[in-house]
Amino acid sequence: MPANQSFLLSLPLGGKILLGLMLGAALLVPLLNLLVPADSFFHVPTYLVSLMGKYVCYALLALSVDLVWGYCGILSLGHGAFFALGGYAMGMYMMRQIGARGVYGNPELPDFMVFLNWKELPLAWYGFDSFPFAMAMVVLVPGALAFAFGWFAFRSRVTGVYLSIITQAMTYALMLAFFRNDMGFGGNNGLTDFKDILGFDLQADGTRNTLFSLSALALAGGYLLCAMIVRSKLGRILEAIRDAESRVRFLGYQVHYYKLFVFTFSAMLAGVAGALYVPQVGIINPTEFTPGNSIEAVIWVAVGGRGTLYGAALGAALVNYAKSYFTGALPEVWLFMLGGLFVAVTLFLPKGITGLVNQLTSGTGRSPLRFLYAGKPS
Amino acid sequence: MSNIWGRILACGQGPGPSYWNSIHKMLKYFFILISLAFTPLNAFAQAADLPALVLQLADKSRAKQSEAIDALTASGDPVVLAPLEALLNGNLYTRKSDGTIWITTESATGFDLKHPLTGAEGGSAVSEEMTKANITNAIRTRLRGALGGMSLLGPDAKLRRQAADAIFKNAAPESIPLLESAIAKESDPAVLRRMQRALAAIHYNLSDDPQTRLKAIETLGGFTDQDVRALLNNVVARGAAGAGGEEVRAAAEKALAGVESRLEFWGLAESLFQGISLGSVLLLAAIGLAITFGVMGIINMAHGEMVMIGAYTTYMVQEIIRTSFPGMFDASLFIAIPAAFMVSGLVGVAIERGIIRFLYGRPLETLLATWGVSLILQQTVRSIFGPTNKEVGTPAWMSGALEFDSGLALTYNRLAIIIFSLMVLGLLVLVMRRTSLGLRMRAVTQNRAMANSMGIRTGTVDALTFGLGSGIAGIAGVALSQIDNVSPNLGQSYIVDSFMVVVFGGVGNLLGTFFGAMSLGLVNKFLEPYAGAVLGKIFILVALILFIQYRPRGMFALKGRAVEH
Repeated sequence: MPANQSFLLSLPLGGKILLGLMLGAALLVPLLNLLVPADSFFHVPTYLVSLMGKYVCYALLALSVDLVWGYCGILSLGHGAFFALGGYAMGMYMMRQIGARGVYGNPELPDFMVFLNWKELPLAWYGFDSFPFAMAMVVLVPGALAFAFGWFAFRSRVTGVYLSIITQAMTYALMLAFFRNDMGFGGNNGLTDFKDILGFDLQADGTRNTLFSLSALALAGGYLLCAMIVRSKLGRILEAIRDAESRVRFLGYQVHYYKLFVFTFSAMLAGVAGALYVPQVGIINPTEFTPGNSIEAVIWVAVGGRGTLYGAALGAALVNYAKSYFTGALPEVWLFMLGGLFVAVTLFLPKGITGLVNQLTSGTGRSPLRFLYAGKPS
Repeated sequence: MSNIWGRILACGQGPGPSYWNSIHKMLKYFFILISLAFTPLNAFAQAADLPALVLQLADKSRAKQSEAIDALTASGDPVVLAPLEALLNGNLYTRKSDGTIWITTESATGFDLKHPLTGAEGGSAVSEEMTKANITNAIRTRLRGALGGMSLLGPDAKLRRQAADAIFKNAAPESIPLLESAIAKESDPAVLRRMQRALAAIHYNLSDDPQTRLKAIETLGGFTDQDVRALLNNVVARGAAGAGGEEVRAAAEKALAGVESRLEFWGLAESLFQGISLGSVLLLAAIGLAITFGVMGIINMAHGEMVMIGAYTTYMVQEIIRTSFPGMFDASLFIAIPAAFMVSGLVGVAIERGIIRFLYGRPLETLLATWGVSLILQQTVRSIFGPTNKEVGTPAWMSGALEFDSGLALTYNRLAIIIFSLMVLGLLVLVMRRTSLGLRMRAVTQNRAMANSMGIRTGTVDALTFGLGSGIAGIAGVALSQIDNVSPNLGQSYIVDSFMVVVFGGVGNLLGTFFGAMSLGLVNKFLEPYAGAVLGKIFILVALILFIQYRPRGMFALKGRAVEH
């Protein structure tokens, strides 16, 4: 019952706030940026639009991590890889759009290939001059990788920390691979110097606002999709797998199919987040594959509160805002803060900020987290 | 007569292939002459009129100067080193009054004089009495080349060896007398072989006599290195041209086959050593993790930082020794090992008591919390020591290498690390199997509640076990400080690898960790020639991911009946 009103009404309060915020921001931010005069108090400067767009993309990534971790117990330390792959697909499209306007003026080859003295476009780049094809790849490439990876891992019942470690190895291997010039994805420098997307200038305010609005809508849409999944019968089984995998298996469910579905879907979502992220920051390079990035995405979810979906988005926004602030104001302190956050959240706030809020306001009303902790010793 | 030789020799002096070519052309005209004079050449050069040649060094004509330099060099007599060096340094002067030549050192009144060949004192002179022997840049270059060749006779074995190798590469015939006199005097067998190699190469290149060439090829076939292989390859490829024709080519082919099969063997030996060396590094990095992760089941993402702390402890120990007890530098690592064990171990105990003990039974949360700890430790070290690499010295007994004729060099620091990693492993196995602490550790990990009710303080044992694992990581840091950059990021580069080793080897099994580390190291090094370093590593990671699907609990899994842990 997708657009069903009762479904929307039944969402938890945090989810409604998130949806409202995103829809409101998608409309209001461009208005405040484009129509309100620059000296007004309500004016939103363009740099802020891009910054917020970046946070929204991170929130979408956090949402995808929460879907697998919070609801299915799969702690993926490799979601940054899916994010980066989506970003690379988008970056490749925009590289092809540069055409003859590059430094070397080659209409066919991106600058770095001319620099490497390559004569023709590698096979992997075919089709990326078409926008629909590139957009398909944004979800298909991360999806296919997640499917192949999950197919092997879940069927042979690799679970828990073992799975976490091999997802980390996966993103590490991809990082090494993308650092190589021979891979044909720009090596160290990655893809950058983008000019336009679908003919719109990337530097123009209008394009930036549109990209922000699209990101906000994607987050809202992603939230709705995830909420639908976790509230369906499928979602119930996913939660059961998280809490007692063997028992679900003994009850006759094919556990690995459920895991495979949710893992692949989540990877596609992460790919979309990456694709929206790249045009707004203007670069994609192999450092996005660093295992540290993926682990950071997990901490956003933990800070916000796992197993709530909207909490993940909140955590991503909060942690990244803090990161922007502290790396600017007190760069020495930031890693202490981030490290302390990891420790403090796991020790004192296992349910994250949303859990804390719910705890404080509970007593009356339904806590959306109650199922998480009921009867679970920890 | 002397002039003819001077001219011939002049053509080939100096480095570079263009000289080599010109001597080749030149030689065509003098081939017969040379082959006739082959043996007497040395004797002739020895008998050359050295004083006259030294006098000629100060000649105004550059051509005459060059002649003299070449003839002096060709004499192979070490006494000519002094005048040549003096000319290069601008200390060679002639006395205006009698035209004699002297090496000068500046004194308060003018110059002190020394005889260029005998070194005898020649009194002093004021500067007006003397004329300096001037040289041009071209002559300077020639002098440097000549002196380089002369270092064949010098006291430094390393320089002699370098000079012999340079001659081998140039294969210029005028080096023959020098080489022969050097060979007669050489005492170091390794350097002697290098000289013989160079001589054989020249004989092959120069000679028009099939027998000499065959003999030269035979001599060359006794060596095992890439240079000889390239040379022989060249001979075979050029075919039957030159003296000796088909016979020489066939001999070269046979020699080449021998060289190549021996090179293959040495290549294998080198890969093996490199693989074991990498394996021992992995073993050191992973062995502490085998305790914390393998035995206790704690995912310690800060493990790499324990290694890093160990490396920084080594740095601190060396700093203290440098400033306070400079004489003990060679022993610095032996002091650093217990120090690093204590520092990393104490940090480990603090982490276990402060954080991890609240998270037992929640492995994923432990993973996140320890990742946070790793960030804090990195930033702490960065704040204290700065973000740049720190210089950690290598004690004298660990520098240098065990070198083989084939160019295979086993560096002493790598050898030391291999032995050290095995010792650490052995010690750890003993602690786990033979001490009461080890017994209690195993009891707690096997059945915590039961161990507790038998009176074992499980909390203390947990802290000690984690401290032991961390301390061993610190010891690994001492070893890694010798081969890697000591920077706050040191630990990061080992964390993925160490987890892979432990998981591959089988969790909870120290022997499995050993086999895991060694097989990963060997596979990596044997893949490298085919796939390159990075691609090889990617291949191994993918293979490991697939391996874990096939055997989720590693190579040497502990057998049990539990559905899940």
